Amino acid sequence: MLWDALTLQLGYNATLVAIGATLLGFSAGVTGTFLFLRKRALVSDAISHATLPGVCIAFMVLVALGGTGRNLIGLLSGSAISAAVGLLCMNWLIRRTRLAEDAAIGAVLSVFFGFGIVLLTIIQTMGVGRQAGLEGFLLGSTAGMLWSDALIIAIGGAATLLLVMIIRRPMMMVAFDSEYAAALGLPVHRIDLAMMGLVMAVTVVGLKIVGLILIVALLIIPAVTARFWSDRSDHVVLLSGVIGGLSGYLGAAVSASAPNLPTGPIIVLFSFGFFVLSLFLAPVRGVLAAIVRHLRFQRRVHIRQGLLALAQGQNIYEPYTLRLLRQAGLARPDGVATDAGRAQAAKALRDEKRWEIVRADNAHEAAAALYDGLRDIETVLTRDQIDDIDRRIGGPREVRP
Amino acid sequence: MSGEEFVPLSLTPLLIGTFAAIACALPGNFLVLRKQALIGDAISHVVLPGIVVAFLVTGAISTWPMMLGAAGAAVVAVVLIETIRRLGQIEPGAAMGVVFTTMFAGGVLLLEQTDTSSVHLDVEHALYGSLESLIWLDATGWSSLLDPVALAGLPPELARIALTLVGVSLFVWLFWRPLKISTFDEGFARTIGIRTGALGMALVISAAIAAVAAFDAVGSIIVIAMFICPPAAARMMTDRLETQIAWSVVFAILSAVSGYILAGYGPLWLGGSDSVSAAGMIATMSGLILAFAAVFGPCRMRAAAPGPG
Amino acid sequence: MLELAAGKSSSSGDLTVHDSPLVIRGMTVSYGQKPAIFSVDMTVQPGAMTAIIGPNGAGKSTLLKAALGIVKPLSGQVLVFGKALDRQRARIAYVPQRASVDWDFPTRVIDVVLMGLSRELGLLGRVRMRHMAHAMECLHRVGMHEFADRQIGQLSGGQQQRVFLARALAQDADLYLLDEPFAGVDAATEKAIISVLKSLKEAGKTVVVVHHDLATVTDYFDHVFLINTRKVAEGPVEQAFTAETLQAAYGGRLATAQIDQISGTAG
Repeated sequence: MLWDALTLQLGYNATLVAIGATLLGFSAGVTGTFLFLRKRALVSDAISHATLPGVCIAFMVLVALGGTGRNLIGLLSGSAISAAVGLLCMNWLIRRTRLAEDAAIGAVLSVFFGFGIVLLTIIQTMGVGRQAGLEGFLLGSTAGMLWSDALIIAIGGAATLLLVMIIRRPMMMVAFDSEYAAALGLPVHRIDLAMMGLVMAVTVVGLKIVGLILIVALLIIPAVTARFWSDRSDHVVLLSGVIGGLSGYLGAAVSASAPNLPTGPIIVLFSFGFFVLSLFLAPVRGVLAAIVRHLRFQRRVHIRQGLLALAQGQNIYEPYTLRLLRQAGLARPDGVATDAGRAQAAKALRDEKRWEIVRADNAHEAAAALYDGLRDIETVLTRDQIDDIDRRIGGPREVRP
Repeated sequence: MSGEEFVPLSLTPLLIGTFAAIACALPGNFLVLRKQALIGDAISHVVLPGIVVAFLVTGAISTWPMMLGAAGAAVVAVVLIETIRRLGQIEPGAAMGVVFTTMFAGGVLLLEQTDTSSVHLDVEHALYGSLESLIWLDATGWSSLLDPVALAGLPPELARIALTLVGVSLFVWLFWRPLKISTFDEGFARTIGIRTGALGMALVISAAIAAVAAFDAVGSIIVIAMFICPPAAARMMTDRLETQIAWSVVFAILSAVSGYILAGYGPLWLGGSDSVSAAGMIATMSGLILAFAAVFGPCRMRAAAPGPG
Repeated sequence: MLELAAGKSSSSGDLTVHDSPLVIRGMTVSYGQKPAIFSVDMTVQPGAMTAIIGPNGAGKSTLLKAALGIVKPLSGQVLVFGKALDRQRARIAYVPQRASVDWDFPTRVIDVVLMGLSRELGLLGRVRMRHMAHAMECLHRVGMHEFADRQIGQLSGGQQQRVFLARALAQDADLYLLDEPFAGVDAATEKAIISVLKSLKEAGKTVVVVHHDLATVTDYFDHVFLINTRKVAEGPVEQAFTAETLQAAYGGRLATAQIDQISGTAG
């Protein structure tokens, strides 16, 4: 059953949903990356919740015009208009009042959503059963998706992607350093608005499949996940698209394979699965890699400090330092250095002296900038340079008071 | 309107709505000032999975397990957000987005997997509540307020939200000074020995409790409006924290009462026959109040003199 | 005789841990994989005014924050008047860098100063007339009493700095730690702050200041602590603030001419 789903053999509707979800996931992943890198991920939450009143008003207008209110293009246009109004309200609150961005986001999303609920209850009184399609926009509903719906989603997704590709450079510059971008003469405010417009487009396109609450996940999670694997912005964008597309495809397929597996939540849970794997296993930014690195680093700091203390005949106060030195065979349990410990301590102290010279000497400024108390001097200077410094230090000499 | 109609049908929803709005606005003041307004967003989204899990564990719709489940989910969410933020070095907004959407998705999935058709638990109800249904059937008029038999029939939500309001108010009153100092200047707070981490967590938990108690009445998303809108509007009225709190309580009461009345009677005035969602209308009114404060509030702009730098 | 005695009391070697208001041992703090300060030892002289000096990014503020327990060190110990920091919080007052505060916070100048009394007031203690009077007096000392009712964000940078000094005064501590109090303030503020600090010193208090202006070190301070990730020098100004130590702390980054000029005024 699952295999049939994954190979798109579960029938016409399931295939439509899978293709639509893949496209949606890809364009949400790509678009969301810019939002995430601009550190405005949760703006998408305000945008998505602000679509609700628009959907309701569009429905009422469509009914008033004599239709059934099921015209997807009409409903999506309505949602886009109200999301745009929400976005403008949010921007106005941030720019014209003392409210911070988070409060503005929260105010817009909750008030628009609340107003949407009011409209929804009005629609409920207009006639029983008619509103069923509308509540699907809250959490998505892929049952009974039509060819025309899938086509709209595919075209919308592709158009969004195309626009992202066209303005990706200015968006990335603004995301990276908006002040520098402004200094270059880029219209930062308008680029921001364009970015929000693209997020809005993805949200609107995704309403049918995952619903307005969960579309936020598709905009945020793939981008955060991709960031673990690469430090290059273009790679992050592409990877995020792939992760989003894969989540969409797997989620749609799995949800078609058994009853009671709603598409939207399954897609979100797949993308979260990718996120957790990346959080722990990514090679450089992953948690496991970081823990190993930190423990090694802490060891180095303690051993170095211990050696310097030994060399200068000071007491070692920290039990952890003493334990490390003992384990390395550099000190006895009572804190006295072994022969090996004395040798390494002398080397550590000599290196400190060498660094002191390097750091006081204008000629070595580049090397001196690398000093962090731990770096081996051999890694920044050549043998000849070190010999030269050693000549300046001279042999053992009296310590000045 | 006569007492025979008002007391059984409108008094309790009105009180519950008002208490819920105040209980959320009090911690909301600090969340807004700490730039953590969206913690309220995250908390309110995870109330749903918490309640579903509590239902799956106990197999029944009973009050306290659900309250515990929702509060537990809020704590899990906050801990997860903090963990992901630190471990992955991700900005807080994105970390929140990852956590609360995933938990919400999990809640919806569990709900669909479970047979809840026999019980009163569905997604729409969880999203926007049903303040109107919290009526006091045993009341016959104002005299019922003194009638022990009738009082025993009060909806349990009223006692719960009243208790929550008392608890949240006590928390804010008791920890007023540390809350104020650590919100203003966290570094200084630590140097005088305030445990800022624990205090921040306590604030979030008290907000979570308020959200859970208000959840029945207004649903999980409109709670966010109660956390954010009254405090945000109050901030634009004054430059003193004490006054801001007072304003936020006034605004909370105002939006709850006006929202409830407009939802119940507004459509009748306009010639309609059915009421609209009271919770939605309360959120809408709080938004209008915020809009007025943003346009006319005496302290709506940031301080003129440059702060740092 | 007299000279000998003076020399003895001002050298840090003889000071025991219990005499010093602040002792830091083996302190390493790292943000990520690069230590901001590495294995730093510091012994602050009681009743002195000490400047912590070093180039940008040398770990000056980090050292202060580690001493106060605001940042968590990788290794190291802090002793305040010979005891663990947590038992001595009432004896320390801290003036943070201005950038670390929420200037938009709804609070008045007088409320900020009253925060300095929060240990004395406890959780629920009421602010009484004498607390008010004390806070006003502290504002008076920094020349800000006329601004008591202003919202804190409406002041200029220098005025804000003076308010934070007033808050520290209200704490009535024995050890005052200030992070760059003179950064970006006007001349009047600088004068007001330094005269308050000198009066603290005369009252027997200990003052430690993160400082960035080398030209004023000899005028303002009697002790210096030079740092560039590691400790470079520590001691009385005339001994530790020399062309040699400055060269060691600032490396090639400080023009030699400037050093000559400063050590000229120092000598």
